Amino acid sequence: MRHIISMLLENEPGALSRVVGLFSQRNYNIESLTVAPTDDHTLSRLTITTMGDDRKIEQITKHLNKLVDVVKLVDLTEGAHIERELMLIKVKATGAQRDEIKRTTDIFRGQVVDVTSTIYSIQLVGTSEKLDGFLAAISGTTILEVARTGVSGISRGEKVLSV
Amino acid sequence: MLIRALHDEGVDLIWGYPGGAVLHIYDALFKQDKVEHILVRHEQAATHAADGYARATGKPGVVLVTSGPGATNAITGIATAYMDSIPMIVISGQVDSSLIGSDGFQETDMVGISRPIVKHSFMVQNPQDIPMVVKKAFYIATTGRPGPVVIDIPKDVTDPSRKFKYQYPESVKLRSYSVPGKGHTGQIKKAVEILLAAKRPVIYTGGGVVQGEGSALLTELVTLLGYPVTNTLMGLGAYPASDNQFLGMLGMHGTYEANMSMHCSDVVLGIGVRFDDRVTNSIAKFCPGAKILHVDIDPAAISKTVVADVPIVGSVTSVLEEMLELIKQSDTDVDRAAIDQWWKQIEGWREKDSLKVIPAPDDVIKPQQVIQCLYDITDGDAYVSSDVGQHQMFAAQYYKFDKPRRWINSGGLGTMGFGFPAAMGVQMAFPDAVSVCVTGEGSIQMNIQELATCLQYQLPVKIVCLNNQALGMVKQWQDMQYGGRYSHSTYAESLPDFIKLVEAYGHVGVRIEKLSELKQKMAEAFALKDRLVFIDVLVDPMEHVYPMAIKGGAMKDMYLSKTERT
Repeated sequence: MRHIISMLLENEPGALSRVVGLFSQRNYNIESLTVAPTDDHTLSRLTITTMGDDRKIEQITKHLNKLVDVVKLVDLTEGAHIERELMLIKVKATGAQRDEIKRTTDIFRGQVVDVTSTIYSIQLVGTSEKLDGFLAAISGTTILEVARTGVSGISRGEKVLSV
Repeated sequence: MLIRALHDEGVDLIWGYPGGAVLHIYDALFKQDKVEHILVRHEQAATHAADGYARATGKPGVVLVTSGPGATNAITGIATAYMDSIPMIVISGQVDSSLIGSDGFQETDMVGISRPIVKHSFMVQNPQDIPMVVKKAFYIATTGRPGPVVIDIPKDVTDPSRKFKYQYPESVKLRSYSVPGKGHTGQIKKAVEILLAAKRPVIYTGGGVVQGEGSALLTELVTLLGYPVTNTLMGLGAYPASDNQFLGMLGMHGTYEANMSMHCSDVVLGIGVRFDDRVTNSIAKFCPGAKILHVDIDPAAISKTVVADVPIVGSVTSVLEEMLELIKQSDTDVDRAAIDQWWKQIEGWREKDSLKVIPAPDDVIKPQQVIQCLYDITDGDAYVSSDVGQHQMFAAQYYKFDKPRRWINSGGLGTMGFGFPAAMGVQMAFPDAVSVCVTGEGSIQMNIQELATCLQYQLPVKIVCLNNQALGMVKQWQDMQYGGRYSHSTYAESLPDFIKLVEAYGHVGVRIEKLSELKQKMAEAFALKDRLVFIDVLVDPMEHVYPMAIKGGAMKDMYLSKTERT
């Protein structure tokens, strides 16, 4: 099953490599990874999506917790949560397809953020599933470039990940 | 500053090898007399010696190496300590901060290279950070599940012209690092209930009991309950091996009775163990009828391989104390009739005498006889370090350790070349004790240069070399699984004359070739109390280590000899 593990990490050199290294060292899989400092500049928030059964995920969270740089950690998929990913996509937009792409973008609530006479650059935000859906919907067109950020997320309601 | 911080941390001994990036530190060492430094002949030996010191004393071992090759040579020793959870501080020099990343002379990314094999690591950025980093490093290395910590220091950071106000921190607080203390009382209660109701229990303990100083409490628990107890390779000495309730070591080369008891048990109490593959054999077939109670300080060790029915995360001593308390207060008593019946069954297995030594003809020495002789000569009271291979298993099987921290071996990583430097570490810690290295002619050649260190510092280590003229354990597997094709495991024609070799290094060598002279010559060698003696014992080259687990089987599946299996 897919899990989204989000953690607060000391914003120090080498901290990220320890997290990433743990995954390769123990043969765990990283589907996506995002990381950036939080409002507290001594902390980074790092979110990893990974696949595995409950036992594997338990091992992953235990080992992550053992890393001295990991301050706090939550498996977002254990409860209700919001997840978002951002995608920038550059497509060929000429002829009849130009309108079709614009319409599809509107349906998916994306925005055309840059334009030339032959090209659209589109921004889309949503769950990974939605982004996949958009890519499938425009599969008839020529996709020139795709840049996805990976998943970030927070728990719904009162639950907070903080120190 | 660094040396002062080490001294303030209680360090009086470090092992190292100088080089460009650490010259400021070495100059500081020269100008003081509080911290003693031992000059090894290879950085790997420095780590193993510090490791042996740590295992024997419980205090962290400290290593100082230079950048680049100094640091990479230390890697095997760091990995060895990491696998066996040994507290160790490795200080590595680094090129000047301004040169980092430029592929400078003797530059290597030590923090990067060591990352998967350390508990934590630091790169010191400013001279004034040194005291706090040292404090944090020792705190992390020695608390919780211990492990090695690397401190990488660029040369400019130790520049004596950069002055700052030195203050050693009183305490340390890390918001992201907490040490498990007491176990969950509810869980401990549950475990005690199951334990008291057991009809076929086994207490299975490992290195965690030795490291966690839990031996006395374990002995009390085992005595109170009257249950059988077995130790892992790493856990030997945690319970007195000469006691009748001790079943011997378990696992791949464990005794018949220990492995059979585990397999047929209804309750397994695992303390400070990690259900390692060398113990469990096939996980799917492991202890089919047993409830698993697992006590460990590391939450990640629990249910990693074998799922625990009752997991307890906490320090061994606190959990054992609480267990003892609960058992003493409990209204329920042990099911004595069932336990008597269980012991009867175990005694039946014991009668098989799986460690029986069948003497060889023609005065040939069996390796097991050497260990038995060593045990007799040292009154079972020596510190025994070992390398890796057949001799390691023979030592573990035949030297009955009654005290913790006496058996010093690389259990997790299985590092050949570990034993001799580790024995030096022990000897430095306990100058008057008998420090023996049980080795083979293969392993000893992996760190034999330390003979020079032993001469320089007058370390009277006794080296007992079980010389079978081959890489015995490899050869055994080739015998059993590869049709006796000895692919690159023999070298009889090119072995050095060890006696001449050790004499060249200024030590004493003794060769023993016949069983009839074993006892006397061993005694003579051990009588040379203030000399290093290398005892080269020619043993039966065809001998195998038994019992031996049958790959893919359950714990009950063992080869008992070349012709017999369960």
